[in-house]
Amino acid sequence: MSTSPRRRVDVAGLAIALILLVLAGIVWWDMTKLQILSPYDLGPKVMPIVVSGGLVLLAIGNAIGALRGDLPARDSLDWTPIVLILGGLAALIILIAVGGGFMIGTALLFATTSTAFGRRAFVTDFIIGAVIAVFVYVLFAKLLTLSLPAGPLERLF
Amino acid sequence: MEAFVSLANGLSVAIQPMNLLFALIGVLLGTAVGVLPGIGPALTVALLLPITFKLDPAGSIIMFAGIYYGGMYGGSTTAILINTPGESASMATALEGNKMAKAGRGGPALATAAIGSFVAGTIATLGLTFLAPYLVDIAVSFGPEDYFALMCVAFVTVSATFGDSPVRGLTSLAIGLLLGLIGIDILSGQSRLSFGVPELYDNIEVTTLAVGLFAVGEALYVASRRHVHEEKLEAVRGSLWMTKEDWKRSWKPWLRGTAFGFPIGALPAGGAEIPTFLSYSTEKRLTKYPDEFGKGAIEGVAGPEAANNAAAAGTLVPLLTLGLPTSATAAMMLAGFQQYGLNPGPLLFADQPNLVWGLIASLFIANAMLLVLNLPLVGLWVKLLAIPQPWLYAGILVFATMGTIAANPSPVELIMLTIFGVLGFLMRRFDFPIAPVVVGLILGPIAESQLRRALSISLGDPMVLMQSPISATLLVIAAIALILPFFLKGLSRFKAVED
Repeated sequence: MSTSPRRRVDVAGLAIALILLVLAGIVWWDMTKLQILSPYDLGPKVMPIVVSGGLVLLAIGNAIGALRGDLPARDSLDWTPIVLILGGLAALIILIAVGGGFMIGTALLFATTSTAFGRRAFVTDFIIGAVIAVFVYVLFAKLLTLSLPAGPLERLF
Repeated sequence: MEAFVSLANGLSVAIQPMNLLFALIGVLLGTAVGVLPGIGPALTVALLLPITFKLDPAGSIIMFAGIYYGGMYGGSTTAILINTPGESASMATALEGNKMAKAGRGGPALATAAIGSFVAGTIATLGLTFLAPYLVDIAVSFGPEDYFALMCVAFVTVSATFGDSPVRGLTSLAIGLLLGLIGIDILSGQSRLSFGVPELYDNIEVTTLAVGLFAVGEALYVASRRHVHEEKLEAVRGSLWMTKEDWKRSWKPWLRGTAFGFPIGALPAGGAEIPTFLSYSTEKRLTKYPDEFGKGAIEGVAGPEAANNAAAAGTLVPLLTLGLPTSATAAMMLAGFQQYGLNPGPLLFADQPNLVWGLIASLFIANAMLLVLNLPLVGLWVKLLAIPQPWLYAGILVFATMGTIAANPSPVELIMLTIFGVLGFLMRRFDFPIAPVVVGLILGPIAESQLRRALSISLGDPMVLMQSPISATLLVIAAIALILPFFLKGLSRFKAVED
């Protein structure tokens, strides 16, 4: 906001302060449900109390900063690539959750991300992503003996 | 003398063929990721953690250290050739280095960065070798309250003292500490902030957090502002070698940079950023060629690069002797130790001298490997920069998600990865520093257990923190480090002037 001569209130900064306040409340509420086992000290409650108190102070600090317009200037935002990347991640999560394995999802994530970065060859990139997925699957599962979620495609190997 | 004997023993571990191979893989990987924009050493170690936990501990940790050192070398290549420093510690290098590359002196710029890094890395690793035994002797006498106070100092310096905004830095730290609370409390067996989600009972994985913040967050951020920001790669023209004149102008800045970098890195203060800028402004003041500054002065590359590497080696001092990570990469290395059940600190020097000294000895080897590999292979590293950005980031995300599910095969882990990615994006957009979150998550639970041990010994009396002279002194230092930046906003202004 440094472009305007008079500093204006930063709404996003106030939202951040509000979120911190909500988080402080959640930590505090969660803390009240804990039981103290030792009669001498607060045990598991000590850190939540410290963190919750700290978050309240920081919420105030961030709010003051937002009111004074202290936040750094921000570039304009292009939402399309964000939606594409998050969409790819969501597709991967859903595919793994329903037992579709990770290969199709990974190929899809590769293609959506590269589209987000300006490529216009979705099918080619999907195939490249699939090749990488197979390569990583062989590397992880066969060479390093790690388990990856398997679907119909993975069982072919 | 004791250090020499230990180092000689370490050398016998480090020159075992398998460990040499791990060091080589580490420096090659480290340089590659340092060169690639978008991946840093912290993310690389995070991605490798899940796939290395079945390997030999000494070998993997030697590899992680190689990645750390290699990443520092690689970062300078990118800073010089495309003026977009991958990490803040390379910002000073980019100032003069990119100007040199534009003027056709990219070769000498890369050479002075590489040789300066070698000189600084070697001196700083020597510093680590001789300082570590002393610090270990001191640390042995630390009680839990002293450790807690020491961690308070680290928390404050990492988040508040040296950042642009103490409030934003502390906010990042608080988010890390909050994430560190999630899961079952070991001492009481009760779950905190888990809301009945089984995956949350086992605490937040440091790797998932780091990969989310660094890989997914960075990809989202770069993609969202691609339309305002373009990168341009300078070709390396002319000779790679430094002239006699270049050598004459470089050696003093190398040594001065090391003198700035190592102590600041070794203090639990974190960040290679401050020493690089201190070095840059010092060289600017001392140079005989003031008119060249801003147009490509070799001193402005030699000094900050040396400072950068010396600081990186310096951060290993608190990491190894006290278990105190002061940078994101050091935090990931601590996670690397922990996955083998090893806890850096004085006890590790006593219990696993071969591992610790083998690691320190292999740092010397890694440094020499980097010097030998870097300049001849510079053409290869430059080719890495030619990977199209869409494929680069798509590949990073594929490896990020696969590494995460390989460690924890559950869709919930990927949901967390995505949430941390969005968090990382928002933090970059609103200029909150990332490293304090990672340090908070990994150091928070350790600090908590030390605090609770101290409190249970004192039967709940918090004054125990003030009764130990070490702890009282450290807490006063932490308080000063916390209050100081609010009064002296000098550092951020100082940086603004340098731009």
